[in-house]
Amino acid sequence: MPPPAASARYPSPSQPSGKSEVTDLKSQLRQLAGSRAPGVDDSKRDLFKKVISYMTIGIDVSSVFGEMVMCSATSDIVLKKMCYLYVGNYAKGNPDLSLLTINFLQRDCKDEDPMIRGLALRSLCSLRVPNLVEYLLGPLGSGLKDNNSYVRTIAVTGVLKLYHISASTCIDAEFPATLKSLMLHDSDAQVVANCLAALQEIWSLEASHSEEACREKESLLSKPLIYYFLNRIKEFNEWAQCLILELAVKYVPSDSNDIFDIMNLLEDRLQHANGAVVLATVKVFLQLTLSMTDVHQQVYERIKSPLLTLVSSGSPEQSYAILSHLHLLVVRAPFIFASDYKHFYCQYNEPSYVKKLKLEMLTAIANESNTYEIVTELCEYAANVDIEIARESIRAVGKIALQQYDVNAIVDRLLQFLEMEKDYVTAETLVLVKDLLRKHPQWSHDCISVVGGISSKNIQEPKAKAALIWMLGEYAQDMSDAPYILENLIENWEEEHSAEVRLHLLTAAMKCFFKRAPETQKALGIALAAGIADFHQDVHDRALFYYRVLQYDVHVAERVVSPPQQAVSAFADTQSSEIKDRIFDEFNSLSVIYQKPSYMFTDKEHRGPFEFSDELGNIPITPEASSEIVPAQQYEANDKDLLLSTDEKDDNKGLSSNNGSAYTAPYESSNISSQMQELAISGPAASATTTQSSFDFDDLLGLGLSTASVPTPSPPLLKLNPRASLDPRAFQQKWRQLPISSTQEYSVNPQGIAALTVPQSLIKHMQSHSIHCIASGGQSPNFKFFFFAQKEAEPSDYLTECIINSSSAKAQIKVKADEQSTSQAFATVFETALSKFGMP
Amino acid sequence: MMISQFFVLSQRGDNIVFRDYRTEVPKGSTETFFRKVKFWKEDGNAEAPPIFNVDGVNYFHVKVVGLYFVATTRVNVSPSLVLELLQRIARVIKDYLGVLNEDSFRKNFVLVYELLDEVIDFGYVQTTSTEVLKSYVFNEPILIAPARLQPIDPAAIFNQGAKRMPGTAVTKSVVANDPSGRRREEIFVDIIEKISVTFSSSGYILTSEIDGTIQMKSYLSGNPEIRIALNEDLNIGRGGRSVYDYRSSSGSGVILDDCNFHESVRLDSFDSDRTLSLVPPDGEFPVMNYRMTQEFKPPFHVNTLIEEAGRLKAEVIIKIRAEFPSDIIANTIAVQMPLPNYTSRASFELEPGATGQKTDFKETSKMLEWSLKKIVGGAEHTLRAKLTFSQEFHGNLTKEAGPVSMTFTIPMYNVSKLQQVKYLQIAKKSSSYNPYRWVRYVTQANSYVARI
Repeated sequence: MPPPAASARYPSPSQPSGKSEVTDLKSQLRQLAGSRAPGVDDSKRDLFKKVISYMTIGIDVSSVFGEMVMCSATSDIVLKKMCYLYVGNYAKGNPDLSLLTINFLQRDCKDEDPMIRGLALRSLCSLRVPNLVEYLLGPLGSGLKDNNSYVRTIAVTGVLKLYHISASTCIDAEFPATLKSLMLHDSDAQVVANCLAALQEIWSLEASHSEEACREKESLLSKPLIYYFLNRIKEFNEWAQCLILELAVKYVPSDSNDIFDIMNLLEDRLQHANGAVVLATVKVFLQLTLSMTDVHQQVYERIKSPLLTLVSSGSPEQSYAILSHLHLLVVRAPFIFASDYKHFYCQYNEPSYVKKLKLEMLTAIANESNTYEIVTELCEYAANVDIEIARESIRAVGKIALQQYDVNAIVDRLLQFLEMEKDYVTAETLVLVKDLLRKHPQWSHDCISVVGGISSKNIQEPKAKAALIWMLGEYAQDMSDAPYILENLIENWEEEHSAEVRLHLLTAAMKCFFKRAPETQKALGIALAAGIADFHQDVHDRALFYYRVLQYDVHVAERVVSPPQQAVSAFADTQSSEIKDRIFDEFNSLSVIYQKPSYMFTDKEHRGPFEFSDELGNIPITPEASSEIVPAQQYEANDKDLLLSTDEKDDNKGLSSNNGSAYTAPYESSNISSQMQELAISGPAASATTTQSSFDFDDLLGLGLSTASVPTPSPPLLKLNPRASLDPRAFQQKWRQLPISSTQEYSVNPQGIAALTVPQSLIKHMQSHSIHCIASGGQSPNFKFFFFAQKEAEPSDYLTECIINSSSAKAQIKVKADEQSTSQAFATVFETALSKFGMP
Repeated sequence: MMISQFFVLSQRGDNIVFRDYRTEVPKGSTETFFRKVKFWKEDGNAEAPPIFNVDGVNYFHVKVVGLYFVATTRVNVSPSLVLELLQRIARVIKDYLGVLNEDSFRKNFVLVYELLDEVIDFGYVQTTSTEVLKSYVFNEPILIAPARLQPIDPAAIFNQGAKRMPGTAVTKSVVANDPSGRRREEIFVDIIEKISVTFSSSGYILTSEIDGTIQMKSYLSGNPEIRIALNEDLNIGRGGRSVYDYRSSSGSGVILDDCNFHESVRLDSFDSDRTLSLVPPDGEFPVMNYRMTQEFKPPFHVNTLIEEAGRLKAEVIIKIRAEFPSDIIANTIAVQMPLPNYTSRASFELEPGATGQKTDFKETSKMLEWSLKKIVGGAEHTLRAKLTFSQEFHGNLTKEAGPVSMTFTIPMYNVSKLQQVKYLQIAKKSSSYNPYRWVRYVTQANSYVARI
């Protein structure tokens, strides 16, 4: 325990400064050391307490070391404990003292009182003096065999401590093997739990350089061992239960009965009052059922209630942790939570970090049935005392407007915000109205008339100002004052501090000029002159460019600066679905709180004691797209869960009795689940992972060139297996492991779009070309399908993600393949098949 | 799964307790933490979230009685586990010290270190059960000056009600002996219901929820088994129906949306006769948490009016009516309402003869505050406030002010219509054994808001 130094820096008058008091203590201790007078232990206790309190506030009391040890030759356990605390603190930094300490502790390890044996052993292992590790072996060995369970629990953790001081000593003494046998045979649950924790840590660290450790690590996940733990989970305390549940998450069940057995065993853990136990159980349920769409959805329904109860029963901090996980689930499967929206209303006294999460959740679950209520509620928050929350609420309304197709009522609400005449409300609203107009230009008439009434003087925030200026330029023909407002703003060029605003001024002046030249000419001239003289590089460059292109040809300039408006069909999601999946895989960890996969915030060695997916660290980081807008083909389907197909499923099927219901096999077992056991997962193309980053980078730029850049010989004709099969779990695993080998975008013919009103028809169609659908979802206009195909007579798979936007008639295809060389050929087959969709 | 350090800081950032379990986190983590929490300004949030990351170190904290309980780790652990653990450590320490505050901490830090060593070893949680810890922990607590404690008779504390949260009313250490040298055999069961209600501007209930806890603290020797019987018409879960579908639930019976239980609770006969049986461990713990959205009668009706009264002037009238029986008394009622931010002055007018009421206008936050010592069931109270504005207002006054929020405590009253604990049976053979049983109810406002 390093004494905290903080308070020592500010000594208060009542605190001793050090020296004389310590000398005093020393002589008092010495007097007591040899005494056997009655009541001497009480006086010793008082002195010991003094020593420790000095130590805590940062005074160096190492000089009384000898006296402390002498005084500790006693059976008084309170004194012993204080002495251990003391020696543990000073032995480390002082080699002379360590040897003395070790002798003293070794002796106590043989005491007849098990409590003293345990405490001495714990202190001994906590000394962390590398060159004295051999003294630990004896006491540890006998500690593990001690007949008292308290001593054994401490000895097990002691082995782990030894491993961290000197791994080789620990391994050479074959302690891990001893722990393994204790784990399987000890009668005390805490001993077993500590063995599990220690072995996980040791073997995970060893696994990087020892194949045997690798095997041992895997053996922890064997079926008998998992059931050994799960069957007696109630014997363990709640913390050890969490440990076991974390282990069970990694277990790969052999068949669906296995899955249901485990879920039925753990069902009552969902009623535990400890949120950590519930979340760990939820994780097991979610991971086990990933490949069983129906049951997976049933799990969502089942876990909803317990999680909501935990949110409202704990402290705000605990609520926050649970709510963050609900947030993740809500974003993955908004439709399941659509009717629970009232649970995510903000309460006035909640901390802002909770409110923020709730606002995001409300945004995610807004759909046709609840938008009216949600938006009404959000509008109440816009008048909130907490300005930041008010802003967030307005942004939430805007986001809902952008994701809905019937925005009529929302536009009215947004425009009402402008009438509130609060600076920040107006500012936020302007930005939203701008985005809304870019997506739904048909609303321009209503919006422009209200926006035109806003005085630009009242708007100070650069983002809002830029939004207003953009609208002035874009809708110059509809706003009679536009040129004059712009002129006013341009005249104050010097006072405009934001480069963003000045850039927008230039562009707006140009656009206005093309529409109303006579009124704008003068202002444009001033703007260009000021822009060219601007010290900001971008402003300068843009002004110069405009100037030159105008000089070259006014019509060309118009085509460049003010092309016909095109509606933005979707705004970029800030996180890719790959990253979201990764966070989902790391459910019940900090990744969920930070909303980032662990490789973004932890170094490799700390990613968790039981991390299997080491190769995940190679995934390229997608830069956050902030609020920038990218063209439609970049659209990442922010739709339902990867494997939660939404196709006409009776939502209430089998859910009528949530509580205590047993999990049963899905009603219609598709050919996929029935063939589940037949398939072994074929080895991932690990060597290809390194190429992934460059592919993804191309993908990111929206170039879609990755395939073109790989020179492929003219592909041989590819034969696909019409009766291919792949179980969804294997699909998911492959999808994560394989790099994208090709990204393409096709136009879908109108007949195909028409046929897509029944998404199943595409699935049938592709199947007739030996391309099988494994999951599908989404709703008009965005559909998402996952397909797979198999090479004829060879176990080589092609996996495809296909996102079709029916309003833009575009299909975006990502192909992943076991065999890179034929992936292009497959893409061609896929394209051909798709192009025939809808054709008679 | 493992944590690296645990420490407790005072509100001023002083170290009260500090324990490093794995020495992986660099020195100075306490200062780093405190600076970060004190001057939090990230992503627009005014207050630091309970979990954040600085230079690869994850900091977790919970605030208990004004102290920061903090854990650090470099590992990607389960956030719920660590936060739950911090809360639990606070509870264990309180069980031992009786009263949890900076003073009792400083007087007992050796005991606290002793506890911490048994609770966590090398970053792994060993146990947080006060019961189990009793056999490993030997220091005796130094109780803080008895003069500063409330009278020992718990019923007396409870009737005072005002000063303390009922859940913390019992301030006796589980290990210390009474000054008289004998332990009193007694058990406390508190049914605490926190209610959240939002009224629309027209007085309709928009949302309502009850979050209840049955909390227990046992001082019984020999750990006898206890049976608690709840309402027989209690139902759990609403099946496939929407949680907010009030009409379908207005029939008979009490319907809990969901509940969870402490691990010591056995539910063998819960399905048949709604009884819970348990052997209560030492210390304070929640037997059961429940949540209900079934409709209930809100204890207070709030009526607010804000009206223009000439140039630069407006009047606010707030009326609250207690909708519960007259033998019940609510206490520590506080009403708050944000006023338009151009309000420069507010003068208040209470009813004639009003006692125990206070009013205030907080200049900086533009907050109207009205507090009442108590409200008797059935009574109605009115506050009038005359506002002066520093500038002319335009638009809608109701959009610039409100909502009105209330906090209160109503002892011996439950809104949920659950006479929850029908009986509390203590199994012990001797007929002369008749320990004190305290079953207490209380209703508190969690979020009680009326929009205007």
